Amino acid sequence: MTNSQIARAGSSTGTGSRFWRNKRDYLGVLPFLFLSGLFLLWPTFNVVYGAFFSDEGKFSLDYLTNTIKDDGHRIPFVHSLQISLWTSIAGGILGALFAWAISTGKPDGVARRFVLAAGGVLAQFGGVMLAFAFFATFGFNGFVTALALKVSETNFLASPEWLYGLFGLGVVYTFFQIPLMFIVFLPAVENLKPQWREASESLGGSAKDYWFRIGFPILFPSFLGGLLLLFVNSFSAYATAAALISQGTIITPLDIGGALSSETGGASAPLAKTLSLYMVLVVVIVMALYSLLRKRVSKWEQ
Amino acid sequence: MKLGIPSRIFRVFIIASTTLYLAAPLYGMLDFSTKPLGGEGGRTLRAWKAIGSQEDLTSSITVSFAIAIIVMLLVFLLVVPTVIWVHLRLPKLRRPLELICLLPLAIPGIVIVVGIAPLYRWISINITESPVSLAGVYSMLILPYTYRSLSASLDLVDISTLAEAARTLGASTMRTIFGVVMPTIRSGIMSGVVISLALVLGEFTISSLLSYDTLQVVIYLLGREDGKIAVAVSLAALLFVFGILFAIPTTKRRGAILDADIA
Repeated sequence: MTNSQIARAGSSTGTGSRFWRNKRDYLGVLPFLFLSGLFLLWPTFNVVYGAFFSDEGKFSLDYLTNTIKDDGHRIPFVHSLQISLWTSIAGGILGALFAWAISTGKPDGVARRFVLAAGGVLAQFGGVMLAFAFFATFGFNGFVTALALKVSETNFLASPEWLYGLFGLGVVYTFFQIPLMFIVFLPAVENLKPQWREASESLGGSAKDYWFRIGFPILFPSFLGGLLLLFVNSFSAYATAAALISQGTIITPLDIGGALSSETGGASAPLAKTLSLYMVLVVVIVMALYSLLRKRVSKWEQ
Repeated sequence: MKLGIPSRIFRVFIIASTTLYLAAPLYGMLDFSTKPLGGEGGRTLRAWKAIGSQEDLTSSITVSFAIAIIVMLLVFLLVVPTVIWVHLRLPKLRRPLELICLLPLAIPGIVIVVGIAPLYRWISINITESPVSLAGVYSMLILPYTYRSLSASLDLVDISTLAEAARTLGASTMRTIFGVVMPTIRSGIMSGVVISLALVLGEFTISSLLSYDTLQVVIYLLGREDGKIAVAVSLAALLFVFGILFAIPTTKRRGAILDADIA
């Protein structure tokens, strides 16, 4: 790009439109397009496209239509949906309450910075390490298990097998869902203007009136949006499950991992791609709902 | 806001119980990693001291940091300039660029592995077997976060006027982008950089399924041999990333992590 071209570009107001037609500007995005094409667009295309082929490389809808009928793949898929639903609801409610509790504190205190940073770490930076944290807490050598054994031999926490199944996975997932909900929901609670409450009070409304007629209706879209985000978050998670569960494919990400790198020789690319396509479809539907909701929410976030 | 007595009790209850739930596993890690091997009482720092002598571990830490640095360079030299370029010159491409940048949100990591496995097979045969090549796919994973924080800060400042002023004073395009616009939005760039570091150090799915020994993969493998060291390293890593997030001022940092939304 030479200086004269830039000078032409620079006389912005009137002559801009002529400049936009300058095709050479498009060269500037080529390096980025190359990188994202290679590492993002092509892999995405590869998955979607590959799901329509058979093991022999012929076009076929067999995998797409038959995989879901097979119990071995349908049950993990249903588990995935269930665990995402339950952990997003549990984590969403607890995280939202926590966000409210924190929002009533000092806005710029060290405590809030501490909680935000901790939330960021626990929500986004976990997987394997969080699974280990739960082994160390509720596992066979965990300190909670040791405490529970002192109380009695037969209580629930004293026999840690529960941690290594779907329920245990749900408990670990909830652990990272709470901070994520806290992080995404905090701005919404902070946007509740004190004036709204004052107006409600001066018109004779009680605390209950305020929450049920003003607070909850305003927060509801943000809350729902947060739940959808949490749903996608746990639906996509792989690391935690891989570290926690050593045997059996109880959720779809593990199923895909197995189809991809099967040591028994049963590795099947079309199967992995079909399961992946199922996952992408779920995520895309949820994300579409989410973006519709955001449009409603942004009204209140000015 | 003034709270009534019941709300105050409720608030304390919420904060206490959530903190307990979130802190218990972290305490569990500390407890477990300082227990002696035999299981009898007392405390030992054996696992913590052993971190430095695990060769796999130290080399994987080096590798993960190397990847993180390359990812940051890609963000600095390619992603950020491209976003600015499109904002300044190619407004028609803003929407497509946004779609590309937000795409990783809709594609779970495990799905990216499925799609990208042939590419990495090719790379390891023809170019390099080094895990550093993971920087390519990692730089894609962080796009949503970098893009959101970038576009938020680009919207805040009127960069067209800035760029115009720079050009009027004779600055070249490169100088305009790197010398004028990027310093103006440095807080947005910084938060993108922090996210990349956290993401690269925490990534497991892609590297483990593509069989590269990054930090998380080695921690995972170590967990099967000596759980205490693995737990000690995990706690150290969690505290390290926490320290970074804590050190960055709240208001600036928030934009990056909060904006996990797409609309």
